[in-house]
Amino acid sequence: MCVKHVPDIQSDRALGADGRVVRDGGDGTLNELDENALEAALVLAEEAGGEVVALTVGPDDAVDAVRKGLAMGADDAVHVVDDAIAGSDAIGTARVLAAAVRHLSQERPVDLVVTGMAGLDGLTSLLPTALAALLDVPALPLAAEVTVADGTVRVRRELDQATEVLEATLPAVVSVTDQTNEPRYPNFKGIMAARKKPVTTLTLADLGLAATDVGAAGARTQVVEAAPRPTREDRVLINDTGDAGIRLAAYLVDNQLA
Amino acid sequence: MTDTLVLLDHAADGTLRTPVRELVTLARSLGGSVQGVWALGAPDGTGAPDGPSDATLAELGALGLSRVHRVRADADLHLSAALAEVLAALLDSTGAGLLLATSTFENKEVAARLAVATGAGVVTDADALAVEDGRLVAGKTVFAGTWTTRCAVTAPLAVVTVKANSVVVQTADDGGTPDVVDHDVAVSAAARRVTLVERTERPASGRPDLGSAHVVVAGGRGTEGDFSLVEELADVLGGAVGATRVATDEGWIGHDAQIGQTGVTISPRLYIGAGISGAVHHRGGMQASGTIVAINSDPDAPIFEIADFGIVGDLTTVLPQASAELRRLKG
Repeated sequence: MCVKHVPDIQSDRALGADGRVVRDGGDGTLNELDENALEAALVLAEEAGGEVVALTVGPDDAVDAVRKGLAMGADDAVHVVDDAIAGSDAIGTARVLAAAVRHLSQERPVDLVVTGMAGLDGLTSLLPTALAALLDVPALPLAAEVTVADGTVRVRRELDQATEVLEATLPAVVSVTDQTNEPRYPNFKGIMAARKKPVTTLTLADLGLAATDVGAAGARTQVVEAAPRPTREDRVLINDTGDAGIRLAAYLVDNQLA
Repeated sequence: MTDTLVLLDHAADGTLRTPVRELVTLARSLGGSVQGVWALGAPDGTGAPDGPSDATLAELGALGLSRVHRVRADADLHLSAALAEVLAALLDSTGAGLLLATSTFENKEVAARLAVATGAGVVTDADALAVEDGRLVAGKTVFAGTWTTRCAVTAPLAVVTVKANSVVVQTADDGGTPDVVDHDVAVSAAARRVTLVERTERPASGRPDLGSAHVVVAGGRGTEGDFSLVEELADVLGGAVGATRVATDEGWIGHDAQIGQTGVTISPRLYIGAGISGAVHHRGGMQASGTIVAINSDPDAPIFEIADFGIVGDLTTVLPQASAELRRLKG
C-alpha cells in the first residue's frame, strides 16, 4: 500500500528554480488517486484477511497522507523521510519505496503493493511498474477491477485501444484507477483512532540506501528550464445572438482549422 | 547525432498507429539513423500474424526509416515485461542511444522497465526533442498543461514517449525501402509471470483515435446525454469525439471517450468543448490543445478562462448551425 504525498490538485502549483515541485505551500494533501489505492487495499484486506500498511515517501508534512490512510482504516503507517530524497525522479522514488517494502517484508510478508495510477503532480505513471521491476515481482497496472483469490491476483484494465485481463501469482504490485472504487470518508471514530496510532518514520540509512542512489544525484533526467505557459492571447468571447454557430465556422475556416 | 529505435505500434490487423509517423519524423531530425521495431503476434495466433505490409514499409521508408527489426517472441509482446526485454536487447545490439515510443499507458510501462533494466533516463509525454551540447533535451508540459519544462537526459541511454500531434509529419528527401531483419526471441521466465488472460481491441469507430486526433469535439453535462450534435460536428471536421467524466459516468458515452487526468490526455490542433464547464480534471487532459473553443450557457464556466474562442450560448443551436455552415463553406 503506497501513498505518495503531492500538493492538492486544486491549488496552484509551481516549479522552483531547480525544477522541483514546490511543496512548501502547506497545502499538501493525500493524492486523491491514492485514496482509491487505500480503498482497494482496505476492501481486499476485509475480504481476504490481512493488514493494510499505509506507506509514503516525502517531506515532513507528507505524514498527513499516511495519517489520512490510518483514518480511513489502515492498520499501520510508515513514512520514509530524508533530506536526500528531494529531487528524486520516478525511478529514484521507486527505489526508496522498493527498499521500504523489503524492509517491511522482514517483519511480515507483503503480499500485495497497491498504488494509485499516477502521482498527479508529475503524472509520469512510471512508478508502479518500476516498483514491481525493482522488487522483481509481477506488475498489474491500471486495474479498473481487482480481485484476489487463492494467492492469485486478477485485474481488468481499460487501455487506450483495448481491454485486458491480467493474472499473476502473489506477491505483486497493482495500481488502481479512479474507476476502481469510491473511496470511503474517514468517520469520526477512524479519525480519533488514527490520532493514537503511531507512524513509523524511516530514513535512507534504515533502508540501506545511499544518498547518491536517490534525489537529484541519482536522477537520470534533469529539468533544465521551467516556465509557466504563457496565457493565450487574442481570445474571443461572444454571446450568442443567433449567429454564433456561423461565426464559429468562420473562425475555424479563417484559422485553417477546418 | 543520435541513432534511434522507434517502436512501431500497430493494431492487431497490422494497421500502423497514426502517431508513429510523427516519431519517425522526429527521430530523423536528431541526425542519426532511424530503425524500427515491429512486434509480431503472440504464439497463440492473436495479434498481427505478419507485417508490416509492403505499403506500410514503403510509407515508413519514405519517412526515413532504414531498417525494421521484426520480432517474434515465445511470449505475448503485449506484456510489458516481455516487450521491454526484447527492446533492451535490440538497443544493445544496434547501439541506438534512444528509444522513441508513442505515449500510451502500455509504452510507459515498458519505459519504466527499461529504466530499471538498462539505467536509461526516461521522459514521458514529451512534445519536443532535440540534441543540445551532446545531450537529449525533451520538452513537456506539466501541471495540467499550465507549465512548460525542458528536461535533459543525463544517462547514456534515453527512452522518450511522445504525445500525439507534437510533430508535423514530413517525408525524407532521401527515403527508400527499409530492409527487414527477423528476430526470434526467447524471453525470460520472469517476463512471463503475468498472464494475459484476455485482450480485446476496440473495433475501429470510423473516427480517428481520440488520443491522436487532430480535431476533438467533446461533450459534457450540458449535452444532457445527447451526443448526436457533438458527433455531427466531429464528423464534419473529421475529428474524434470526447467527453467529460460526468458524461462517461452517466453512461452517455463509453469510458474510453473520457478526457482528463485519469482518462485520455489529448493535445489536438483543435479542441471544441460543448456543455463542458472545465473542471480541473478535464482541463488537465486537454489544456495543451492548440486552439480551444468552448460553448457553454454559463458565462462563468471556468473553461472560458482558457478558451481562444468562447461562445456563451445554447449548444443545441450553436452546434448544428456551425455544422451546417461548415458543410456549406466546404461545398
